[in-house]
Amino acid sequence: MATLRLDIVTAEGTAFSEDVDVVVAPGTNGELGILPHHASLMTMLQPGEIMVRKDGEEIYLVVSGGFLEVRPDRVIVLADTAERAEEIDLARAEAARRRAEERLKHPIAGTDIPRAEAALRRSLVRLKAAERLRKKPRI
Amino acid sequence: MAEIRLIRRRIRGVRSTAKVTRAMEMIAASRMKRSQERGLAGRPYSEKIHQVLADLAALPYDEVAHPLLQRRPVRRVAVVHITPDRGLCGGLNANLNRKTAGFILEQTAPVTVVCVGRRGFDFMRRSGQEVCAEFSRLGDRPDLIDILPISRIIIDDYSAGFVDMVYLAYARFVSTMVQKPALEQILPVEPAALPPGQSLDCIFEPKAEAVLGALLPRFVEMQVYHAVLESIASEQSARMVAMRNATENANELLQHLTLLYNKARQEAITEELLDITGGTQAVT
Repeated sequence: MATLRLDIVTAEGTAFSEDVDVVVAPGTNGELGILPHHASLMTMLQPGEIMVRKDGEEIYLVVSGGFLEVRPDRVIVLADTAERAEEIDLARAEAARRRAEERLKHPIAGTDIPRAEAALRRSLVRLKAAERLRKKPRI
Repeated sequence: MAEIRLIRRRIRGVRSTAKVTRAMEMIAASRMKRSQERGLAGRPYSEKIHQVLADLAALPYDEVAHPLLQRRPVRRVAVVHITPDRGLCGGLNANLNRKTAGFILEQTAPVTVVCVGRRGFDFMRRSGQEVCAEFSRLGDRPDLIDILPISRIIIDDYSAGFVDMVYLAYARFVSTMVQKPALEQILPVEPAALPPGQSLDCIFEPKAEAVLGALLPRFVEMQVYHAVLESIASEQSARMVAMRNATENANELLQHLTLLYNKARQEAITEELLDITGGTQAVT
């Protein structure tokens, strides 16, 4: 069966680089499922999870925005940040969520609202991904 | 007697120089590791974003209309000249300056220089080049935020049509021993050579303008940022090697001088002894 070459890179290095069967990514216009021989496509990503299926196994990565390029045989994700679901620091994400919520609830002068909202979205995505991983422990 | 004192003074001087160069070597070595890691970590991203844009640039222009993808006849060239702020790093600065100067001489169109780092700025000013902006004191660990003004200038000038081509000159980090001056064209983006038979169609989501409008500035930012990181890694490596050589040379010189000093001392003692025995003989 044909596979896709998936490269997820961030400014801090390569987060993922393997041949995979399916990629599901959070595009700005909704989820995108990408199989081999997909039409060429270029899109932006919103904070969310990238699901990768490889040999029947599912891998989740959390990205906080970036770009996605699809060619028939490869997918390139230029992510702002990317981490595997199992690498997420729950306490840190939780703290970030609380901080962002606090800022949105009691905005003081000079609070950057869009930035706080973006931070909240990022932390929620991380928490969700980590939550799912906990519910479905690896065998 | 006079000679002995001179040698002794020289030895003291060389020894303290060796101490200084040794200390600088250690400082550079500790910074080198970190900056090398940072420089290398950014490479995949820089290569991939380049690849993505090269694919996009291969599309017909009316499909991907964006000021930063526009190709124009070249009436003015800009070079972003990235150098260290400080010297004492071997031939690195000289090589970088020579490379960019040679490039400027080759151009038929007038060249504007954007200098990053004092060494390059001083050189360009001395040689009477037109410098449109200067950035220095970025430090050893600049963040993306710190270099945004640099990419801003490039993007604005290119979009406004002041310059029609932008190059990036920096020290590419190859290994601790080798750093190569590199000159790369960043704007306009060179289109990738497509494998025959591959279709040029590309779907954009949401819209080509929106995606390109976000991606292209990001590309320029990341290329500049990455070049700065590589340049820092090169600087620290070059400095460490240069300082190690300096320390070794100083130690060699020290050995030679010590030998000379001992010889001169011995000679002086022999002379004195001869004087004394000569004196006693004269008295008795």
